[in-house]
Amino acid sequence: MSLSSKKNLLEVNNLRVNFRTPDGFVTAVNDLNFTLAQGETLGIVGESGSGKSQTAFALMGLLAGNGVIEGEARFNEQNILTLNEKAMNRIRSKEIAMIFQDPMTSLNPYMKVGKQLMEVLMLHKGMSKAEAFEASVKMLDAVKMPEARKRMNMYPHEFSGGMRQRVMIAMALLCQPKLLIADEPTTALDVTVQAQILTLLNELKDDFNTSIIMITHDLGVVAGLCDKVLVMYAGQTMEYGTAEDVFYRPTHPYTQGLLKAIPRLDSNDEKLSTIPGNPPNLLHMPSGCPFQARCEFAKERCGESMPLLEEYAPGQLRACHKSVDGWVA
Amino acid sequence: MNTANNILMEVNNLKVHFNIKSDNAWPWEKGQALKAVDGVNLTIYEGETLGVVGESGCGKSTLARALLRLVPITEGNVVWLGQDLTDLDKKQMRSKRQELQMIFQDPLASLDPRMTVGDIIAEPLKTFRPELSKEEVKAQVRAMMDRVGLLPNVINRYPHEFSGGQCQRIGIARALILKPKLVVCDEPVSALDVSIQAQVVNLLKELQAEMGLSLVFIAHDLSVVKHISDRVLVMYLGNAVELASKRSLYENPQHPYTKALLSAVPVPDPRAERGKKIQLLTGDLPSPISPPSGCVFRTRCPHANEGCAQQKPILQAISSEHQVGCSRLAELP
Repeated sequence: MSLSSKKNLLEVNNLRVNFRTPDGFVTAVNDLNFTLAQGETLGIVGESGSGKSQTAFALMGLLAGNGVIEGEARFNEQNILTLNEKAMNRIRSKEIAMIFQDPMTSLNPYMKVGKQLMEVLMLHKGMSKAEAFEASVKMLDAVKMPEARKRMNMYPHEFSGGMRQRVMIAMALLCQPKLLIADEPTTALDVTVQAQILTLLNELKDDFNTSIIMITHDLGVVAGLCDKVLVMYAGQTMEYGTAEDVFYRPTHPYTQGLLKAIPRLDSNDEKLSTIPGNPPNLLHMPSGCPFQARCEFAKERCGESMPLLEEYAPGQLRACHKSVDGWVA
Repeated sequence: MNTANNILMEVNNLKVHFNIKSDNAWPWEKGQALKAVDGVNLTIYEGETLGVVGESGCGKSTLARALLRLVPITEGNVVWLGQDLTDLDKKQMRSKRQELQMIFQDPLASLDPRMTVGDIIAEPLKTFRPELSKEEVKAQVRAMMDRVGLLPNVINRYPHEFSGGQCQRIGIARALILKPKLVVCDEPVSALDVSIQAQVVNLLKELQAEMGLSLVFIAHDLSVVKHISDRVLVMYLGNAVELASKRSLYENPQHPYTKALLSAVPVPDPRAERGKKIQLLTGDLPSPISPPSGCVFRTRCPHANEGCAQQKPILQAISSEHQVGCSRLAELP
């Protein structure tokens, strides 16, 4: 099922994330499978509630207390989902690092930025304070932070949103992780700042050969950065393939609808085509395909069983009862 | 766009300054002026949609609020159908609000959590049309709910029971029930998911055509603004930098800031996205408490020279439908 012949850095097999809630069991991520090779970038796209962020949290071992994980995620052949806290702490930041959506709430407001950066190096690499300081300054320079040395002595609130996100990226890259998970890293930022951050991520990808999992709802961001795209809806994988395939030859009705529903700078359409209705409530999931209620092609079959994620062309997977050419009678 | 249309609103040299005092200032110290909107001129015609774009801190939301006098206006005026709104007292202004409505960014936060959907949509009617009987109010509310795509059986539910897109529909119903002439939409779709965003944008467009509304559509997303607007105003640090018809602005942007902004928007097309040249802006937005002298964009503008620091450029017409505020326009590549 692998999309590339390169050695896989990460292999996620049948990942399932459930939450125990007072109203019942909620499945946020349902049977997720993907692989990621060294240096490759995967975009996970979906709307709110599609399970894309919970996937990231599950991989990092950061799920909320009521979360239950099933399946496995092999990172360098080792299943990281079953590791204990101590072993996971050795991997986090050193091997796998994460950039969070809101840079303000993920930095410690009471600590100077420099100290937060140095902490990582002193802990993981056993550097002395002075060494860690120099290495941190160097990393801030690498993410194009102006006056890096001076900024080390500042608190997060003294930074603008874009600068804070640079600090987060610098922090994530301090130990040169093999895998970087970015959870909507530019959603809180303005477009011009977003462009700066995306350019930076693209450069880092080339310079450090870091693998990136980019989680976002913005298809434009994915288009510029990702090699492969995984489209999620209500916890399920709808379509999975190379960026070229998903953008130019989408075959799943949801992907097609999504691509048509975004207003684009490069077109002059007067009316947006819409996907009718709302995403399903995860507490009361319909049987069968979660997208059936909003799908223009839905037939009886779609309400009966969830279609399997199947490879219909080399490297292209989709979960839909309707075949690529239409319904077979 | 048809410029022969009637003028609804004229905004002349509008300034909104907030008095800011630092936390450790002495009580007798004077505060500094934060220039949120600093001298904006514009005209809103009947039936058109004016898009306002800019990044956070550019003053677009403050401008929106100032149009409805929801923030104190420091200087300049807002003329609504020949009448200066800044002259009106509180009571007179209140009656004007029937014609001027607003749709807010956060759909849930802008609805009273303790009121039912029916009560929320009926409230403007109860306030401004006390002569209507209960049945008439109910009938109008039901008709409005139907129009914005809310099922009649949700009338007794509370806002928290709805998704973001549906809450925004409630907000739209509340704003439109008095049949206003102008609706100011402050980032109405930015909190919504892509598939829901398209539904709300289409709904606004339909309602506009049906009711002959004028819209001021504030957003940071240039693609959405392109989709819905007839004319677009680009703001930077409290100033209007470019005002043009949609076609002219997107096909032929003139101001260096507009160009940078447009090039930064990611397009969902991998080949185009990887091949394109982004004009990255250096540095950060300057503080609106002490904006740069002269042209406010000069500190980040690749084409700035000494002259830009001297004089503040004003919007100049380069064609009947395009105005640009840049003093070096003729010399730009």
